[in-house]
Amino acid sequence: MTVRKNQSQLTADEKRRFVTALLALKRDGRYDSFVSTHNDFIMSDTDNGDRVGHRSPSFLPWHRRFLIQFEQALQSVDASVALPYWDWTVDRTPAASLWAPDFLGGTGRSRDSQVTDGPFASAGNGWRINVRVDGRDFLRRSLGAGVRQLPTKAEVDSVLAMSTYDMPPWNSASDGFRNHLEGWRGVNLHNRVHVWVGGHMATGASPNDPVFWLHHAYVDKLWTQWQSRHPGSPYLPAAGTRDVVDLNDTMRPWGDVTPADMLDHTQYYTYDVAA
Amino acid sequence: MSGITRRRAIGAAASAAAGIAVVGAARAAATAAEPGAEAHPGAAPDAFDEVYLGRRIQGAPSHGGGHHGAHGGHGAGYSVRIDGDELHIMRNADGTWISVINHYEPRATPRALARAAVVELQGATLVPLAPPAHSSPTAPSSPSAV
Repeated sequence: MTVRKNQSQLTADEKRRFVTALLALKRDGRYDSFVSTHNDFIMSDTDNGDRVGHRSPSFLPWHRRFLIQFEQALQSVDASVALPYWDWTVDRTPAASLWAPDFLGGTGRSRDSQVTDGPFASAGNGWRINVRVDGRDFLRRSLGAGVRQLPTKAEVDSVLAMSTYDMPPWNSASDGFRNHLEGWRGVNLHNRVHVWVGGHMATGASPNDPVFWLHHAYVDKLWTQWQSRHPGSPYLPAAGTRDVVDLNDTMRPWGDVTPADMLDHTQYYTYDVAA
Repeated sequence: MSGITRRRAIGAAASAAAGIAVVGAARAAATAAEPGAEAHPGAAPDAFDEVYLGRRIQGAPSHGGGHHGAHGGHGAGYSVRIDGDELHIMRNADGTWISVINHYEPRATPRALARAAVVELQGATLVPLAPPAHSSPTAPSSPSAV
């Protein structure tokens, strides 16, 4: 059974295996196909049109399915690997072990935001940025430059307290849990973390930075925590909503999975702590 | 490595010569809306054309032509270019704007969005993105339970 652990608790061997699997997927081209898919949806999901991966109720089940697919790709390289999660309410600074050279490497240098240490520095291991929005082919970060503070535990709790999953107009203007977690409204959780990391994480091609998966694994865990707090609150909308993925509608690009299929993660993975 | 034009090299050099402090200040300036500019959902913003940190940024209402994105209209009838290359932009329901360069941080106006993109690009050239294929990266398959 896959157990997703807090990244801060990983052993040196677990970190090494995770990084090695990432580099293997990068080498065989599978990694970049995930970046392409994400960028395609980022650019096509619109507030007043068809929307699946972002700014819509299916933001959470879509990313859950996306991460399961990625995790299974990692496991095809090394069956012992699981996606770790980054609790940014606790590990809040560039000094966190997450950003050490033996894991993800640190922030970018001031001159061009280029990451210069760790396994994904442009100089080593072939982490070339191929699916890109501009001419630069090296990984970039500017930790803490775009916004000063990562979300706090109190801010997360204020969002987890919202009892309604999502509301009309089912987009970036919505009130409710999903849009506050996504960050288009209110204290801003998920979006703000992308901005705090900066560089590629601030762009549509954000999965170019491996921290994308750890960030979204934590967002996914927050969805589970919300379900635990509000056992009577269903995924919404239930049916018949234009441009939006209802509970039993299939999600692109897979066509064989619905939000209903994604509500319970436990058949795919569990967590190292109770939700 | 793609070739960098002389004009862009000059722009990048000028930005670099001005120092990193300028990037910080520019980031703040780009984030702030220009005076009097407010987001009005539905109202098309005015055109603009200026040189910002050595790059020519242009914005103008458009009518679906020449857009390379996923589907027409998510620029909300507005097009932004940096040194002639189109920047993929999108309008949010509340009238704010995002681009593929600054996707998770809305700006009040297309001009602010263009300036923010110039700051992030640090002299680099925009790459026109191919239209999304809307196909699965791998053969669609149900994830196997473990």
